[in-house]
Amino acid sequence: MSPTFLYTVEVILNGLMAGVMYALVALGFVLIFKASGIFNYAQGVMALFAALTLVGIQQGQVPFSHLINAVFGTDIHHFGWTVPTLLAILLSLCVMILFAWLVNRLILRHLVNQEPIILFMATIGLAYFMEGLGDLMWGSDIKRLDVGLPSGGSFWLEDVTAGWAAEGSEYYGMYIDLLDVWATMIAVTLVIVLTLFSQYTKTGRALRAVADDHQAALSVGISLKAIWVIVWSIAGFVALVAGIMWGAKLGVQFSLSLIALKALPVLMLGGFTSIPGAIVGGLIIGVGEKLFEFSIGPMIGGATENWFAYVLALLFLVFRPQGLFGEKIIERV
Amino acid sequence: MSLDSSQTMTTPDGRTIGGVVMEMKHITLRFGGVVAIKDISFDIREGEIRAIIGPNGAGKSSMLNVINGFYHPQEGEVWFEGKRRKPMKPHEIAHQGIARTFQNIALFKGMTTLDNIMTGRFTRMKAPWWQQAIWAGPAEREEVANREVVEKIIDFLEIQAIRKTPVGRLPYGLQKRVELGRALGAEPRLLLLDEPMAGMNVEEKEDMSRFILDVNDEFGTTIALIEHDMGVVMDISDRVVVMDYGAKIGDGTPDEVRNNPAVIDAYLGVAHD
Ligand SMILES: Nc1ncnc2c1ncn2[C@@H]1O[C@H](COP(=O)(O)OP(=O)(O)O)[C@@H](O)[C@H]1O
Ligand SMILES: [Mg+2]
Repeated sequence: MSPTFLYTVEVILNGLMAGVMYALVALGFVLIFKASGIFNYAQGVMALFAALTLVGIQQGQVPFSHLINAVFGTDIHHFGWTVPTLLAILLSLCVMILFAWLVNRLILRHLVNQEPIILFMATIGLAYFMEGLGDLMWGSDIKRLDVGLPSGGSFWLEDVTAGWAAEGSEYYGMYIDLLDVWATMIAVTLVIVLTLFSQYTKTGRALRAVADDHQAALSVGISLKAIWVIVWSIAGFVALVAGIMWGAKLGVQFSLSLIALKALPVLMLGGFTSIPGAIVGGLIIGVGEKLFEFSIGPMIGGATENWFAYVLALLFLVFRPQGLFGEKIIERV
Repeated sequence: MSLDSSQTMTTPDGRTIGGVVMEMKHITLRFGGVVAIKDISFDIREGEIRAIIGPNGAGKSSMLNVINGFYHPQEGEVWFEGKRRKPMKPHEIAHQGIARTFQNIALFKGMTTLDNIMTGRFTRMKAPWWQQAIWAGPAEREEVANREVVEKIIDFLEIQAIRKTPVGRLPYGLQKRVELGRALGAEPRLLLLDEPMAGMNVEEKEDMSRFILDVNDEFGTTIALIEHDMGVVMDISDRVVVMDYGAKIGDGTPDEVRNNPAVIDAYLGVAHD
């Protein structure tokens, strides 16, 4: 095999894994949009907040310590213990569920039947509020998140693939980050679990019912408010997983909330209402931008990953405004 | 025909109609300046097929919406099973055993026929969510038992061939039938049907009439239905309420209503579809 071919395979694999991470963020958007028609601008910040909370709990940070110290003149920062990762993840999940409940109780409940644009603006407010709250609770310094997943290249893969290259070519093997592999496996598991849940449980069916028709869902006894809390909880859970993966990769910092921007082109591609769309859209964007950077990038000065996804999505919007899997929009006349 | 609320009666075809299940007392419903329902009272008895008829815009759908809680009347009382009902949300009313279909089909379009009817059993599923999430023993047994009921409904409505078809792809007549199936899924105490035969051809109407009669006969389900087609209404219903411009202008057996001068007036010159 020629080294170019092997490089291309490596690029595609890395693209697929990056795509899974994008899909994970897009998935959170789709869940809430399907169930309630709300475009939740805060999804990215939810991922950041979840990751901050996880690190904070894990390291035994005292929440609001700056505030407490400023008000009471104390100097406390840590409880002096660390919490095992799994327990910390569970506790963070509880925080996200509590958050889902509060959002519904304090905000959305008062905005039932409002225009989508009003709800959208409410989530913008929510995003900034959460960003501030995360800062106030856990501090604004960049934190390292270690959940015990292996990272770095796979030596095994490098050794094996190095042998595939043609005799005499300078090829030293494929580089795949183990963390990406783990992230991919976890994300795939998450999607499978969510799919099974929505297909084969009462609550899952209720979620789909609400996504399809509010009136009909009410008429069979489904409480929209209960479903919305569940949907926001699941979106919080997805945000936690995304936050862990991205946080472990890039460190937990405030720019993490910007991964939401990566989800936008994914949504344009996949449609706002389709879970398979979010996944396929994420993969196309991941592979597309890596391949483009690899093949065309060097000719035009590189750094194409910053904009390629948006251009691809725009092209898509022109030819298929409803996205890959979205329902065709037919104007009623 | 006047009965007191606990008396029973026997219909010409030999079925027994029991005491009052639901009673509407002096219901008035306004939308801004429009009075959709004007001071209407009537009752629905155990085991009967009760029709509500009237020209377009008479307020029939509004009445069903009051019964199932989509609309809240400004005046009047709703009595269900001998108790005055406090204002309730539609999903709470569903849990009291009232199921319905819609004038403009409201199915879960992305789901199969099977899942639509299964979702119709929502009120019948009691296992707590955490058990469902991991399919723990009771939740699994419940899911299996519910599947059996759903299969019975599918056989009953003769829709085996479309069990796994996403309902959005079905023709109109079959969608109406699946919607009836979803309402039956709840095994309701009271079944509300808003124009179950609208837009159907003669053959489909005959099928639907037969299903409605069979539901009533085999399961003893109390049914309130809205229908435009006078012929059908007279054939299948035990008692009829006639509405016009939000007011009640007649109430009685099909024969009584047919000979009521006010009803004849209201229907003269009204285009029937
Ligand atoms: N949600 C609503 N908002 C405003 N007006 C309504 C609403 N629902 C019904 N109406 C009005 O109430 C009247 C009765 O409508 P409806 O109950 O649908 O009649 P029917 O089912 O007999 O054709 C109509 O004038 C209709 O415009
Ligand atoms: Mg109507």
